[in-house]
Amino acid sequence: MTYLTTFFNEIYKIIFLLLPVLVSVALIVWLDRRVWAFVQKRRGPNVVGPFGLLQTMADALKYIFKEIIIPASADKIIFILAPIITLTLALIAWAVIPFSEELVLADINVGILYLFAISSLSVYGIIMGGWASNSKYPFLGAIRSAAQMVSYEVSIGIIIINVLVCVGSLNLNDIIIAQEKVWFIFPLFPMFVIFFISALAETNRPPFDLPEAESELVAGYQTEYSGMMYAMFWLGEYANILLLCALGSILFLGGWLSPIDIYPFNVFPGAIWMIFKILILFILFSLVKAIVPRYRFDQLMRLGWKIFLPLSLIWVVFTSSFLFFFDMLPTKG
Amino acid sequence: MLAHSLFFYFFSTITVLSAVMVIFSRNTVYSVFFLILVFVTVSVLFIMIGAEFLGMIMLIVYVGAVAVLFLFVVMMLNIVEQVIKRPSRKGFINNISVGAIVGGIIFLELLVAIGGWKYKGGFIPLSMDKNYLEISNTQQLGNILYTDYIYLFQVAGMILLVAMIGAITLTFQKKPNVKRQSYTEQIQREKSSAVSLVDVESDKGVKLDD
Repeated sequence: MTYLTTFFNEIYKIIFLLLPVLVSVALIVWLDRRVWAFVQKRRGPNVVGPFGLLQTMADALKYIFKEIIIPASADKIIFILAPIITLTLALIAWAVIPFSEELVLADINVGILYLFAISSLSVYGIIMGGWASNSKYPFLGAIRSAAQMVSYEVSIGIIIINVLVCVGSLNLNDIIIAQEKVWFIFPLFPMFVIFFISALAETNRPPFDLPEAESELVAGYQTEYSGMMYAMFWLGEYANILLLCALGSILFLGGWLSPIDIYPFNVFPGAIWMIFKILILFILFSLVKAIVPRYRFDQLMRLGWKIFLPLSLIWVVFTSSFLFFFDMLPTKG
Repeated sequence: MLAHSLFFYFFSTITVLSAVMVIFSRNTVYSVFFLILVFVTVSVLFIMIGAEFLGMIMLIVYVGAVAVLFLFVVMMLNIVEQVIKRPSRKGFINNISVGAIVGGIIFLELLVAIGGWKYKGGFIPLSMDKNYLEISNTQQLGNILYTDYIYLFQVAGMILLVAMIGAITLTFQKKPNVKRQSYTEQIQREKSSAVSLVDVESDKGVKLDD
């Protein structure tokens, strides 16, 4: 009986985590298009609902009622699995994101490693989709995206090591609490910049959206997808972007901590601050999309391997020797 | 405990079945996907025995990096040729001796390695340790790796570095007629060296030397 109660309790918690995530993904798509439009002096979606807020819902409804077309020469099983895997991976990662000290589904010891593992798995959705379509453009897109995501993961991993050296724990809540005195964005500012750019590349956002570069590859790995399956790719992509924004705010912006611990600020619950920080990072993401032109693929690879990787490695050496010589290494256990 | 053992049997069955399917599936890409499934379920098993760090590293290293490269190579093959025909009886008999020898050697090696296994002097099982719940296994691993086994750890790192440099030198080749983009050259180019004003006599044209 206790098993059953725990089971339903967990299910209830999971639903109350995932529903807000999915709804906010829909809103964030609208926000993305609005910001993009404002930068380019257009209006953006403003017709459906107040300020066009319901535009994404309308789009989603359209996708649901469209026919799903599976190409005759596609590998059916993998073709159908690919969007499912993308969306699932984008959603299960939210299990460890803390919205306040208690408001977290799974407060595990190796939270940051879990996030990193899930984000390194998300390349499979794209590879599977591209290969199973069995046509040229999707396959090229898939190969590009695999190369891109694997290379930028390396620098993200090393940036995470930078933060971990300052924290001394792999638990996400510990990482946030370690920033009570000063957010890591201040001592580790160069790492924050590199993290932000790598996050753009990791989520295939412009200027690094080569896997779906519409001027060269039609729509990359999504070319053959239609209806609900396309919508799942699309939801997964935006959920991933939100996730990396959340990771950025946990690693560098102090997660659910309020900026200053004085009266008007610390009244708000941690979740509000967390969402606020995620939103700020996301608006930066969409500004970059509107401002910067697309990279060429060899430039992208050069940036990842020849600039970001050495820089972040040197910074690891720098941070750890600084902490060692000034006797500031975190001690725990 | 019941739920725990149920989960254990569920995941270990999947591990064994998909390991078998790696060999028996006729499409090479499917083989790689089954291999990935093996890695994922093994990491789940690691997490179930409480080795959360190892489980996550398993996911990051094997599934996130190694298997992607595997998949890369396999996908480059043509999809039509990828379906392997069922081996004929004759081929099976011809190749069984080689397979048996290789398999036998690996099996013997495993026997030697496991049979000669000795625990360290002060060894206590983790669950007997009083501080078991206080120290996470990330710290335990770090303590052992960076103190007792630091030389072995460094040597392993050196071997990986050598392998990496070796792979790069093997595949790196300088082709003579390839034009590469040099960023410093492009930035340092100035008007005086790039543009010149030429008086052209009519009917003669200009000869540009480049």
